[in-house]
Amino acid sequence: MEWLKSRPIFWQNGLIESIGIPRIIIAGFLVFLFVLAVVLKMDLTFLISDSLVRIGMNGLLVLAMVPTITCGAGLNFALPVGILCGLVGGVVSMSLNLRGWVGFGTAALLGIVLAWILGYVYALLLDKVQGQEMMVGTYVGFSMVAGMCIFWLAAPIKNPAMVFAIGGQGLRYTLTLENYYCKLLNHFLEIKLWGITIPTGLLMFFGLGCALMHFFLKTRVGRAMAAAGSNPLFAKSSGVNLNAMRHLGVVISTVLGAIGILAYAQSYGFLQLYTAPLYMAFPAVASILIGGASLQKASISQVVIGTILFQTLLTIALPVTQTVLSGADVSEIARMIISNGMILYALTRGERRR
Amino acid sequence: MSESAVLELIGITKDYYGVTVLKGIDLKVKPREIHGIIGENGAGKSTLMNILFGMSVIHETGGFQGEIRIDGEPVVIDSPARAMELGIGMVHQEFMLLPGFSIAENIKLNREITCSNVISRVMGKSMETLDFKAMRQDARSALDHLSINIDETLPVAGLPVGYMQFVEIAREIDKKNLRVMVFDEPSAVLTESEAGLLLEAMRRLSEKGIAILFITHRLDEVMAVAHSISILRDGQLVARMERDQARIDKIAEWMVGRKVERSVLAKRPVAEDEAEDVILEIHDLSVEMPGEVVHRFDLKLRRGEILGIGGLAGHGKIGVANGIMGLYPARGSVFKDGLPVSLNNPRQALLSGMAMVSEDRRRVGLWMDESIEMNISFTAMQVQGKFLWPGPLERLRREDRTAMREHALTMIKDLDIRCTGPQQIVRHLSGGNQQKVCLARALTMKPDILWASEPTRGIDIGAKQLILDYLVRCSREGGMTIVMTSSELGELRRICDRIVIMYEGRISGILPPDASDMEFGMMMAGKYQSGKGVGIDGMA
Amino acid sequence: MKRGGVEVRSFGYFLQLRTGVFSRSMVPAFFAVLCIIGVVVAKLDLNYLINEIFTRLGRNTFLVLSLLIPVVAGLGLNFGIVIGAMAGQIALVIVTHYRIEGLTGLAVAMLIALPLAVLFGWLTGLVLNKAKGREMVTGMILGFFANGLYQLIFLVLVGTVIPMNNPTLLLPSGIGIRNTVDLIGVANALDRALDGIWDGLIMFDLGPIPVGPWRIPLGTWLVTGLLCGGISFLMKTRLGQQMRAVGEDGHIASVAGIPVNRIRITAIVYSTVLAAWGQLIFLQNIGTLNTYNSHEQIGMFSIAALLVGGASTRKAGIGNAILGVFLFHTLFVVSPLAGQAVFGIPQIGEYFRVFLAYGVIAVALVLHAWQNRLPAKG
Repeated sequence: MEWLKSRPIFWQNGLIESIGIPRIIIAGFLVFLFVLAVVLKMDLTFLISDSLVRIGMNGLLVLAMVPTITCGAGLNFALPVGILCGLVGGVVSMSLNLRGWVGFGTAALLGIVLAWILGYVYALLLDKVQGQEMMVGTYVGFSMVAGMCIFWLAAPIKNPAMVFAIGGQGLRYTLTLENYYCKLLNHFLEIKLWGITIPTGLLMFFGLGCALMHFFLKTRVGRAMAAAGSNPLFAKSSGVNLNAMRHLGVVISTVLGAIGILAYAQSYGFLQLYTAPLYMAFPAVASILIGGASLQKASISQVVIGTILFQTLLTIALPVTQTVLSGADVSEIARMIISNGMILYALTRGERRR
Repeated sequence: MSESAVLELIGITKDYYGVTVLKGIDLKVKPREIHGIIGENGAGKSTLMNILFGMSVIHETGGFQGEIRIDGEPVVIDSPARAMELGIGMVHQEFMLLPGFSIAENIKLNREITCSNVISRVMGKSMETLDFKAMRQDARSALDHLSINIDETLPVAGLPVGYMQFVEIAREIDKKNLRVMVFDEPSAVLTESEAGLLLEAMRRLSEKGIAILFITHRLDEVMAVAHSISILRDGQLVARMERDQARIDKIAEWMVGRKVERSVLAKRPVAEDEAEDVILEIHDLSVEMPGEVVHRFDLKLRRGEILGIGGLAGHGKIGVANGIMGLYPARGSVFKDGLPVSLNNPRQALLSGMAMVSEDRRRVGLWMDESIEMNISFTAMQVQGKFLWPGPLERLRREDRTAMREHALTMIKDLDIRCTGPQQIVRHLSGGNQQKVCLARALTMKPDILWASEPTRGIDIGAKQLILDYLVRCSREGGMTIVMTSSELGELRRICDRIVIMYEGRISGILPPDASDMEFGMMMAGKYQSGKGVGIDGMA
Repeated sequence: MKRGGVEVRSFGYFLQLRTGVFSRSMVPAFFAVLCIIGVVVAKLDLNYLINEIFTRLGRNTFLVLSLLIPVVAGLGLNFGIVIGAMAGQIALVIVTHYRIEGLTGLAVAMLIALPLAVLFGWLTGLVLNKAKGREMVTGMILGFFANGLYQLIFLVLVGTVIPMNNPTLLLPSGIGIRNTVDLIGVANALDRALDGIWDGLIMFDLGPIPVGPWRIPLGTWLVTGLLCGGISFLMKTRLGQQMRAVGEDGHIASVAGIPVNRIRITAIVYSTVLAAWGQLIFLQNIGTLNTYNSHEQIGMFSIAALLVGGASTRKAGIGNAILGVFLFHTLFVVSPLAGQAVFGIPQIGEYFRVFLAYGVIAVALVLHAWQNRLPAKG
């Protein structure tokens, strides 16, 4: 990729772009890994099951990118704001000792309410910084995460399962959801087919999110939001309130971040606090870009395709490369290079339309 | 005048995407000569200057035909840098000054005086230190030429606009090889006294042996300083004359041109009596639209009429519609059928029964990446709740594609929009068909008053004809009141009942369409003459 | 675009100037107050603090100074300095591998880092020119991307594709560089380079008050001082003037015939090279290379320090850099102790300073975007 990036020629002739070279490369790489996995006689059913779980886990976080892109605020690098809201919801529900569906529901509800409020505040901030949303969003997210670290340390929670064993003050780095709502969605209507475990509930949850978003985008307000994002003056001349649309988009994205992290956590089995959410926006951003979205335009199908490609790739890359390279952990490096390379590609592609 | 021309343009022809904007222009200017170039906007003045200055837009759009000669030698000007080398200087319409730099630094920008030092001897010229003292002296002498008494060490940010203009001129003067100087509508941003200083500076420059091209639409300024005058209209050179043969009314007439054909359609059936039926009353309207500012505009709009708003670009004719429809900040009061319309709120303006076809098709008029049907129905969907499935919450009602398509098909047929179908993306349509979509979008609102802002700009003749005829039909048959803004006076005179001419943001006068070319020309140039025949009820 | 735009634009600049002055003095003042409160609350030994600050001024100032040139050239804060830092670290690993020690080792490392950093800077410049108007976010992502490549090389390729046999550097498996590399060879090489003249130690008693021991890393201070002189010089040259012009307004600069893209790349190359050297200075002071973390952290901390010193993304000077390092590092030293004193939890202080670093960048970016938006939208 590096040599490609440094060559302006490739960037200027729209030909390769229109074919969607990144997707071709990644899909090709994926096929290659699959073939390699077969050659190496690895357990394909396990790899596929694992991929399905990870697709479901990450899907809603990727979906959270759609409203901000649609409303013109670009990629939501401030996703950690929503994630933190979800985590607070999770922590509170846990400290109330709520388990199962009740626990998950309470966490989600609390997360939504918090995310709605904080998302709105963040949206007001974005009004002032139009054009710089990505950079500002990144650092607002970072500082929120760092600020919340202090909160986790000082939180007035006494549940011994949640606080540090030593000292009894401050929440643990990871809170296990076992006995609460660990894998609640995953196991809901779980199906085993030819040795593949399908986490039906989790995928349905993701699917439901996509379906609702799809419906929303076709409503009057959804259309207004899209117009406000892609052609603000056209929208304004049609009586659309641009600020309100941007606020709504950011709020919905933040709310999705909150729900998304809870879906993620129940599947993962832990609530990860402190610095864990710091970089969580990046894989989500990369996924939707891999799906073919740009900084201005995104669709539900791009969310689904992107999530499937990216998560499958990461799931398969780890065991395959470990087998080939005898033990080196390349998946984290691959994640870094692919996701950031993808974001770079989108950033440098530019808007020729202006 | 035995001296030979320093700059000569021969047979310059240029087209943009098949539209010819310049046709065989010949132009000559001698040293010590101030040559005025006059023309309406769109006459091709800017394109001509872009060619002369080697701007990249020209080359990116296929170059031009014809020849440029300097001192009789053909030259190729392929970049602004080359133009500068050849001694062509330009004072731009937009200021090319760095606000954080001092006046002296701006004057010497990229032509800094440097002295070598230890490091530069190793690392090359770019490491030479600046000689601020010498730069200041140069700047001082350039400013002195213009007799401008201002400290050259001041930063440009915060200077009055007029001074910025002089800094620009000083920068050009400072170029030692300056032969030809172009002033592109320099007085547009100046106050009267500043403009006087500018003319004085021009005279001085020409006395130094520099040839000057002076582009403007202020007739009196041209008359004051120019030695000779060329008039451009529709990309053609219609006249060239020496100063002593020029008469201001003649120039005005040439500039506007005789191209009036009255519409074949019947005159307005409504009797034009004094007890008129006013549909819209505009009082004291000021609009802050950059470049098209409107000051204290008053007008009474009669029900069912077609009112034209004309004037040169930059004089506010476009600002009126944009202000009333809430797209740019506006002050004043507007009453429709006696009820106040709140300003600065597009939604309220739309709800009050007005709609607009914007002059900015690409950004305001259309949603480029969406289908024709979406473009046509979007505004009505958002404002009037049309084209939606029933549902409990109005904002969350789903769009009704079938209704949208049906309506779009009707509109496509009515307006003869050439397309592959209602689902075609508007970006892929030709300009004329895009404009028809814009019109369809406004008409879908079923407005009482339609503001059509430059509805025929940049489209082919067939589409133009169709749109004008359709507007007339809407008015005569549908009873719609139409306010049409256009840079083409000819088309205003063809279909309008009355024509308002704007000058510097104010109403210069209201004329009947059959008033003489001279009257129109003089009004557009700010030489006010009271309109005859039509009651000037708009003038407060 | 037309005439009307001019007035709007100049109005915007007025506003920017005004808010600029305001925020420039406000931010350092706020952090100074925070520092003083911290020092009082933590009941810190001033001699200890001053000694720390002296060390850290030497350690970090060079790096912070490397951020200045891109700001002047209108590229904003160069989040891409992590790439320069990587070049420095690559050079350090090579030097350590060949056991070149002392000042010679450091000099060799600088020489090795130079072509690497020029290359990296040139590539960065090319990418940033493709992303005009969002250089900062692109630079940041480019840093992350480069970090992936860096890890790929140091964690996977070294010992496999790149032959290397050095048990002190490699992980036990023989593949990949260790997480921490002891830089004993070049440790303090520059700090103590002038020990032959004076070892920089200040220690005496002022009546009953003991002063010191403070140790000034004299060599590093000297080099940093030279850099300050160099940057001031650069700003007075033709190149510096062109950079300023490009930073003010790229369009106007290009009309005046300045090769804007080339100037922008030059600015980034300078910055990257300086960052590479700055990272060498930083690490020779620390004495250990945190192979996979050092560069990431310095990027963020250097930028935060510059901003704390009152710089904005459009205006930054040497004074901002030095003041920023002073304030930021004071806070850095003080906050864990203050956290311990107030809450009884030292980690709170640690998180607090991370929060501050991120927070100050966020606030600076908001201010920057806010100020920039006005002229842009007009």
